Amino acid sequence: MRPVTPPHQALAPTPWRSRSLNLSGLAGAFAILAVLCLLSVSIGTRTTSLSEIVAGLSGSNETIAEAAVSLRVPRTLLAVLAGAALGVAGCVMQGVTRNPLADPGILGVNTGAALAVVIGIAWFGMSDPQDFLWSGIVGAGLTAVFVYTIGSLGRDGATPLKLALAGTATAITFSSLVVAIILPRADIAGGIQSWQIGGVGGATLSRTLSILPVLGAGFAISLLSARKLNLLALGEDMATGLGERVAVARLTAAAGAILLCGAATAVCGPIAFVGLVVPHVCRLLAGVDYRWLLPFSALGGAGLLVAADILGRIVARPAEIDVGIVTALIGAPFFIWIVRARRVRAL
Amino acid sequence: MAQGLTARALVAGYGDALVLDALDLDVPQGRITAIVGANACGKSTLLRALSRLLKPKHGHVLLDGKDIHKIAPRALAQKLGLLPQSPVAPEGITVLDLVGRGRSPHQGVFTRWTQRDDEAVAAALEATKTVDLANRAVDELSGGQRQRVWIAMALAQETDLLLLDEPTTFLDIRHQVEVLDLLHDLNAARGTTIVMVLHDLNLAARYCDHLIAMTAGRLHASGTSEAVLTEETVRQVFGIGSRIVSDPVSGRPMMVPIGRHRVDTTPAQNEAMEAMGQ
Ligand SMILES: Nc1ncnc2c1ncn2[C@@H]1O[C@H](COP(=O)(O)OP(=O)(O)OP(=O)(O)O)[C@@H](O)[C@H]1O
Ligand SMILES: [Mg+2]
Repeated sequence: MRPVTPPHQALAPTPWRSRSLNLSGLAGAFAILAVLCLLSVSIGTRTTSLSEIVAGLSGSNETIAEAAVSLRVPRTLLAVLAGAALGVAGCVMQGVTRNPLADPGILGVNTGAALAVVIGIAWFGMSDPQDFLWSGIVGAGLTAVFVYTIGSLGRDGATPLKLALAGTATAITFSSLVVAIILPRADIAGGIQSWQIGGVGGATLSRTLSILPVLGAGFAISLLSARKLNLLALGEDMATGLGERVAVARLTAAAGAILLCGAATAVCGPIAFVGLVVPHVCRLLAGVDYRWLLPFSALGGAGLLVAADILGRIVARPAEIDVGIVTALIGAPFFIWIVRARRVRAL
Repeated sequence: MAQGLTARALVAGYGDALVLDALDLDVPQGRITAIVGANACGKSTLLRALSRLLKPKHGHVLLDGKDIHKIAPRALAQKLGLLPQSPVAPEGITVLDLVGRGRSPHQGVFTRWTQRDDEAVAAALEATKTVDLANRAVDELSGGQRQRVWIAMALAQETDLLLLDEPTTFLDIRHQVEVLDLLHDLNAARGTTIVMVLHDLNLAARYCDHLIAMTAGRLHASGTSEAVLTEETVRQVFGIGSRIVSDPVSGRPMMVPIGRHRVDTTPAQNEAMEAMGQ
């Protein structure tokens, strides 16, 4: 009884072909990201010529255009880093919770980071970006624990639906808290507002570089968790049977994700949908193996955020739309489309 | 010191509900053991407790005299494999990828996939006749095909001890027999100790060296199929009358259930039913 092979299966990639396919996919994604980065430093309120870009990139500030380029470099860098961080964080959280709806935004983790930063600014007079960073990470971590605890109350543990509900409720509560804290404080409202919507526009090189160590740790932990996530994907029992310490695996992977989205949020404010949409699209391209999925999500997230930032600069010229608004505007309909097209895979 | 897998005064359950009640068990080494019993009597729970999935409330599960909760998880997974009753796979995963994940206990964080891993996966696919399915998505397979893929994954783990929870559900009769033949081969060729939950008493009696009948979290009877598969035990464990005859193919005992209908009332049968007190 040989199983009948459906026609499209005849073309199914053999393992080594899927490996080289994935490698070329990664290379392609990298090339697209590079082009987007070039566009990002050249497009803006002021368009610049190639020679001006080269001059600006090499540190010259002589003409206005060259200065504009050197201003756009840190924001592009920040968009790349934050986008990659959010893409990977979303991917890891979906893996840890085996929840296709998991995302630093939906689980309330980004809002938690934001709340912690706002509290720091409003009540403790915090102004050093390094403090933003730490309070963002602590806020993200505490919120993750909180949401997971609430979501796993009851007999059947942390089901995807309960987690999403707990996260969404937390996110709504925390964002009203943020508003409640900022509203009476005219002195800090303006500065917080653009941060809170999610922006890379105000990026400086030193601020961007300051989150590098944390992001580096986050990326390293996440990538080293890829194999654990592959086992968690088979369910708790199977993962245990295959020798994984499930609780430890979940905790380490989640810690990596929290470092990533805490740091990204601390610098850019909460940015929605990147962590949700990117991993799903990458799953369609790269399959279910987290060792591929995570690098794809990093490149995808970076590309999406850079593109959203460029778009925000073009559509409202000479004004700018914050990147957080653009990702929400693109992300929401896009996500509805993939859900309706049943392209969201069960994890 | 006891060799192999043993349970001592094992008490386990979920939350406050105790399912296993001071259970003692010695899994015969190098043999095939079947666990039989009514639905919800605790067979899966026993298998979970034997494989570190469920922490005992009291008592111990020992592997070669060592508490399995004190053995490093990966080291344990190299010795003891498990196929749960209803495993889940992420959508879109290919058979090859899934079976390959069975090799995880043999790999560290930084160790690469080796020739040895390739061979183990190839052998597992071969043995379960799933080579042709290797590049298909697991969620596109029929229930029976999927079951064979899961067994392939357990085989790829290459453990000396294999616990399987209802490995033959979803399979047609031919594939049931093939799976049991396969496990028999594995046992004969590698000396793999096999413990499985089976619902088909006759296949259990035919293929297993050792039979365990459970009722309400306790071992009701255990021993050879001749010793365990009796009309008396079937009535006590399943609450149903039966006749035990000799399996014309294997010579082992074979159980023929007696329901309320479709009973040919020959004198012999009447006698049997009266003897059952009906
Ligand atoms: N996760 C769980 N949480 C709470 N109770 C459970 C859980 N799993 C099983 N039980 C209960 O434990 C008892 C034993 O269940 P178990 O799954 O061990 O039965 P089983 O013998 O394998 O049955 P079946 O033949 O139907 O597979 C049942 O009463 C069941 O309701
Ligand atoms: Mg069961």
